[in-house]
Amino acid sequence: MLKVDALEFGYHSTRKILDTIKFDVSNGECVAVLGNNGAGKSTMLKCLNKIIAPQHGKVLINDADVLKMKRLEIAKNTAYVAQKSEGSRITAYDAILLGRKPYIKLSPTHEDYQIVDRIISSLNLQDMSLRLIDELSGGELQKVMIARALAQQPKVLLLDEPTSCLDLKNQLEVLKLVQTITKENNIAVVIVIHDLNLAIRYCDRFLFLKDNSIYCYGGIDVMTSENIEAVYQVPVIVESYHEQRVVIPLS
Amino acid sequence: MNTIKTTTVGENYNQYVGRKYLIILALAVMTFLMALYAISAGSADIPVTDVMKALLGLGAPKNVLVTVNIRLPRILMAITSGVGLAAAGCVMQSILKNPLASASTLGISQGASFGAAIAIIYFGGGTVMGNNADAVTINNPYVTSICAFIASMFVTFVILGLSKARKASPETMILAGVALSSFFAGGTALLQYFSSDVQMAAIVFWTFGDLGRASISNISIAAVVTLAALIYFMFNRWNYNALECGEHTATGLGVNVSRVRLAGMTIASLSAATIVSFVGIINFIGLIAPHIMRRFVGNDYRFLLPASALMGALLLLVSDTFARLIISPVILPIGAITSFLGAPLFLYLIFKGVGHHAES
Repeated sequence: MLKVDALEFGYHSTRKILDTIKFDVSNGECVAVLGNNGAGKSTMLKCLNKIIAPQHGKVLINDADVLKMKRLEIAKNTAYVAQKSEGSRITAYDAILLGRKPYIKLSPTHEDYQIVDRIISSLNLQDMSLRLIDELSGGELQKVMIARALAQQPKVLLLDEPTSCLDLKNQLEVLKLVQTITKENNIAVVIVIHDLNLAIRYCDRFLFLKDNSIYCYGGIDVMTSENIEAVYQVPVIVESYHEQRVVIPLS
Repeated sequence: MNTIKTTTVGENYNQYVGRKYLIILALAVMTFLMALYAISAGSADIPVTDVMKALLGLGAPKNVLVTVNIRLPRILMAITSGVGLAAAGCVMQSILKNPLASASTLGISQGASFGAAIAIIYFGGGTVMGNNADAVTINNPYVTSICAFIASMFVTFVILGLSKARKASPETMILAGVALSSFFAGGTALLQYFSSDVQMAAIVFWTFGDLGRASISNISIAAVVTLAALIYFMFNRWNYNALECGEHTATGLGVNVSRVRLAGMTIASLSAATIVSFVGIINFIGLIAPHIMRRFVGNDYRFLLPASALMGALLLLVSDTFARLIISPVILPIGAITSFLGAPLFLYLIFKGVGHHAES
């Protein structure tokens, strides 16, 4: 379980990017972080595994404070997938094996290879496992990056706009994958996402950031036209379609 | 190498990894054979079988003398320098995320030239013993090497100091290197302008690069430093792999990015500076060897580092043998030969798309 308490961060002492952020995420739960550009969504995500060190606050995973852990220990507890993954001339297999880096002392062990094999099989990545990742499509690359994150065997998975560069089909595939691994691996997932309808479809709870702090946080009940208009400054209606809410912008 | 499981994916991956090890093995064999040929060939040709005997202290005394005392030190220095410069270039390209990073582009070579020029002019490091260019000699190699080393390490520490103030960003390191490179090139030019003909000839001679000028003690020091650096780099191969995926991803994988960059740069620069201070400027090896091997083994530093190091040794052996044989008995300057042979090869690789690393 992830608990975030009184998290504060600012690049300069005078201007806070994040102010008194407090929320929790249960195991097997996927939380969508929503808000305008510049609201601090990605910064908040990076503060959760100390890629950016927050000035104040606590990030607890099963009551252990991430911010007091060493880098390798953090990497065994959390995994982070960047918004845009950099391609390289390494194979998808090696990219996923890199997820075992926090556990590798000198060389990967038999267990490390077994874990990678298992992940490749469970995510159906066999066909691309020996292809160079800089030759993969955006969707394929993002799946490999998620597979690499899973190889870290994290308790918390942090995803920064994993669908921002993908077409609709790949957006749905990647988010379905995230939803499945959240439940199957019983891990807490925090995902920064722009598309409200995709968030409704694949996430369990929703955290709206506005003016550097949390505007509202909760289940599908917080996905109202009032909250969305207040956060995005855009008039919307929230309709029900096949028993699922759908957000329709009006302007 | 760990053997892995029974699934098809694992078996295919084993074969893939096996091919990489095969490439490294082939490079090692080629380097060994080239070294034998390089010892055998020269103004006094010695058959390879006699070379083998001479290396064991057997055979004609003349062969033993030429092989062990003259050619072997030169070959050992070529291998050590090639390994050291290529491994340092490979790591610099990784941690600076720049395909042009090498001892030359970061100003380390220019710093060494400046230091050598100071030694030659102010500490009597060079003189002329005759009328032709061959007779120009560095008559106080220790002072020259020490000054070259101090100046190149000064460049290193200024780059590292500036970078640390800016959280070791690759851009800061590269830009600081470019500025210092220009600064020391200008300094060397000014020293040459005010130097005598003899001193100027000695400075130019030093900057040509010469594998033959290294003594056994020089070779020993360079070999120990190179080996230690290579071991350090190999211990960090997973960190360099993680850096390939971007700074934030590497941090998320447990890498202390600033520390890996600063320590890697320090060790790579120290290794390059040690070699340059003993043999002078040898361009392109640190740049081109990793680029060639990226084409064959990709960017996985488990394979790229040893492959680049061996390719560096092989390239320098080939260049040195070429320099010794092409208009024998005159030995051409090795620095000019590596540039002369390296530049067209580099252009070919760019044309064939190996500059790929630039985008990654």
